[in-house]
Amino acid sequence: MSTLKIPSKYLLYILFIFSNIIISKTIYVNNTIQLKNALNNALPYDTIKINKENYQFNFLEIKKPLTLVGINSPTFDGNNKGTILIVKSNYVFIEGINFQNTGYSFTNDFSAIKIDGANNCSILKNNFTNCFFAIYLAKSFNCSISNNKIVGSQKRQTFSGNGIHLWYSKNIYISNNFIEGQRDGIYLEFTKKSTIEKNISKNNLRYGLHFMFSDSCNYSENIFEKNNAGVAVMYTNNVKMNGNIFRNNWGDASYGLLLKDISSSEIKNNYFIKNTAGIYLEGCDRNSFKNNQFKNNGWAIRLMANSMENTFIKNIFLGNTFDVTTNNSKNYNTFDKNYWSDYNGYDIDKDGYGDTPYRPVKLISILVENNKTLLILLRSFFVELLNLAEKLLPVLTPETLIDNHPLMKINI
Amino acid sequence: MIKINNLCKNYGDIIALNSINVSLVDEKLTYLVGPNGSGKTTLIKSILGLIKISSGEIFVDKLRLNGNFSYREKIGYMPQVASFPENLTVEEVIELIKNIRSSITNLDDELINEFNLKKEFNKKIKALSGGTKQKLNAAIAFLFNPKILILDEPTAGLDPISSSLLKDKILKEKSKGKTILLTSHIISELEEVAEEIIFICDGLIFFSGEKNNLISSTGEKNLERAISKLMREKSENFSNGN
Amino acid sequence: MKILATVIKNQFQDSFRSKWIIVYSLFYFLITFGLILFTNDSNKIILSLMNVNLIVIPLVCIVFGNVFFYNNREYIIMILAQPVDRKYIYLGLYFGLTFAMSLSFLLGVFLPIIFSFKIFINNFNIIFWLIITGILITSIFVGIAFLISMLNENKLKGLGISIFSWFLFTALYDAIILMLLQILQNYPLEIFSLTLTLVNPIDITRIIIINNFDIAALMGFTGAVFNKFFGSVVGFVIALFSLINWIAIPLFIGLNLFNKKDF
Repeated sequence: MSTLKIPSKYLLYILFIFSNIIISKTIYVNNTIQLKNALNNALPYDTIKINKENYQFNFLEIKKPLTLVGINSPTFDGNNKGTILIVKSNYVFIEGINFQNTGYSFTNDFSAIKIDGANNCSILKNNFTNCFFAIYLAKSFNCSISNNKIVGSQKRQTFSGNGIHLWYSKNIYISNNFIEGQRDGIYLEFTKKSTIEKNISKNNLRYGLHFMFSDSCNYSENIFEKNNAGVAVMYTNNVKMNGNIFRNNWGDASYGLLLKDISSSEIKNNYFIKNTAGIYLEGCDRNSFKNNQFKNNGWAIRLMANSMENTFIKNIFLGNTFDVTTNNSKNYNTFDKNYWSDYNGYDIDKDGYGDTPYRPVKLISILVENNKTLLILLRSFFVELLNLAEKLLPVLTPETLIDNHPLMKINI
Repeated sequence: MIKINNLCKNYGDIIALNSINVSLVDEKLTYLVGPNGSGKTTLIKSILGLIKISSGEIFVDKLRLNGNFSYREKIGYMPQVASFPENLTVEEVIELIKNIRSSITNLDDELINEFNLKKEFNKKIKALSGGTKQKLNAAIAFLFNPKILILDEPTAGLDPISSSLLKDKILKEKSKGKTILLTSHIISELEEVAEEIIFICDGLIFFSGEKNNLISSTGEKNLERAISKLMREKSENFSNGN
Repeated sequence: MKILATVIKNQFQDSFRSKWIIVYSLFYFLITFGLILFTNDSNKIILSLMNVNLIVIPLVCIVFGNVFFYNNREYIIMILAQPVDRKYIYLGLYFGLTFAMSLSFLLGVFLPIIFSFKIFINNFNIIFWLIITGILITSIFVGIAFLISMLNENKLKGLGISIFSWFLFTALYDAIILMLLQILQNYPLEIFSLTLTLVNPIDITRIIIINNFDIAALMGFTGAVFNKFFGSVVGFVIALFSLINWIAIPLFIGLNLFNKKDF
């Protein structure tokens, strides 16, 4: 479990700091030349303190374990000419610096900080403005990225890279970052056993969070809001998502959470509020959705074909236009003990569950799935009549997509 | 005062009025008589502008009617059946008509007093008896002191006392120089006050002129018999024609 | 204008004192109050009230407006014999009755909501639009009822046409749209379907409300036209304009027929 590794990682780090106090020295720099000299002359585990100035350089490499600390937020400006810092050593620690203007490229991944094959590095409390990629990790392990603020300013996806980009990395801890206006807020590819928590990722041009082939990662208490396409996670097993908020992701290709080929994962205690689609599932198996709240979404859950053996238990569905929709006439998933605000049944035996089952799929949602234009008839009297008829005599809606124990009250 | 030239009115194929030429003599009381469905009401409604005439001309006080409405200031109309908004009080109905006829000078509330309507002022229309509604109907027709009075079966539904009060009022107004048009499908007790007669049947005028002329020309004793004779002659003409 | 005001005022007073209007108001009061009492869920209450707006108001207004005209024929004749322009009578009767029906609806819905305004604290804008559209629908269907009365003399026939019109507006029309959209689903139908819905006042009202309510779902349209329409002020203005036309056009035609009508 990666959660167990975080304390040990810190422990190591603390030992390393203490050992430095005895042997390391501190170098102060005031300009770019001094900075470059300091990087050359410093001994491993030295600290370079950077005074508040404007430093302009590109592709500056850090090849030994060093601590870079900004005093009153100095600026590292890439002048739109490319990557600013490249970290190639383990144990590099960067804190309190403003990075800006990497420029963009269609062939290179220009980044404010690129950590390339380096382990045990930390990026803390930095600001990133107008950067193509802000923090880029490739083949790096045991790193920590926390309390950074990343704000992109591009309007088009092609001119914009990702806020935090991880590639072939492992055991990365990403927390309390604020990311806005990048292409993808947080992007993970082939990354394992990492933890992403308490970040805010919003108004990004594509996804707030995007990961592929990244098994065994934890995502908790993040907020993903108003991202152009919401959050997309693909081709991954053993994902844990807990206590995240997915909010206000609007658009025909926008999802609170898009799950594609995800299996054996847990989605618990999350909030899906006012998204066009709360969760969209495609080819997902054996996942557990529990105690989530779906409120005022267009579609709470779009359960598409080839999704099997998923369980939806004890979730709360409140005021969604459509609770569940599917394009399949058969259903191999389980819905049980959820609260549905549209449920109108009764509970005579007082066991807390309605005595008649609830069918969350309405006829109109099936029709709309094939013909989006029909949305224009939403809540029309005639459509309500059709829904009622279908409810009494199901023809098009899958017969087994049914909650046999709809909760009468929201149990919190 | 009122002159009608070649007035025709069709409802689809049905001819309700067929080339009517008639005038009301000023300051006289004219009695418009005819059986049910003869065209009496259509004629009155034409004068009041309630229906659009098919052809012909109507003059009221030398003004040709042409969808205009201000000439109706000169007319007091008492329809056969009175109907007012049910939930208004008598007083509110009177106020309503007063407000609609904005040029109000020397109101004549004699009938309101005679009929003792003041004590009904706070009652809603729906609480009134048929007779009381008819009294209100009459009182409103006379209220604005119009030069012309058009009264459609005015004594129908009134008790004998009110009926004679109304008859007195009609005579009084006539003596003041009002032009009055009364209608009835039967020869009623109002016959005695009539001076001029218009007899209408199947949309045609069969007689118009002084009552005495009609009686003497038919050689009968009274109006009722004279009219009966006219009707008989008419039906004979009709069968001879076939 | 004074005459118009007089007719409106008296018609309003007469209608507002009528027991039918009181029953109508009470009906809304009980429905709204009952909903608040039993569900406590502002979303459900609003959706139910929307259905009242879309179904009950048109039915009551079209029937009531029709019966009104036939039942008050003698009174109308009496008042037409006065020296007044006909159009003031028609407009006066129309506005008087519409005001009375609207106020009755307003009181019935508004009072229970005011008593328990806390539930609706996040939904005041929808409540506002429910009330506005309720009044607009009232105005439209009283106008249509008057027009139907102008078009034929027979009370029973008028009533039949009224009920059929109600059915057409509330259900049949949408059934036809549904069929058309299903048959023609391989063609681009954005503007076509939008136009079709903007022709029916009931659909417009529904769209104004769901545009406040189901916006997350409506943003799921693939077409840019829709997103532009539903996501912006433009669509809203068009919808409102269309509703106002639905008041103005029947009123105008009815008025012209009334001006030429034989009583």
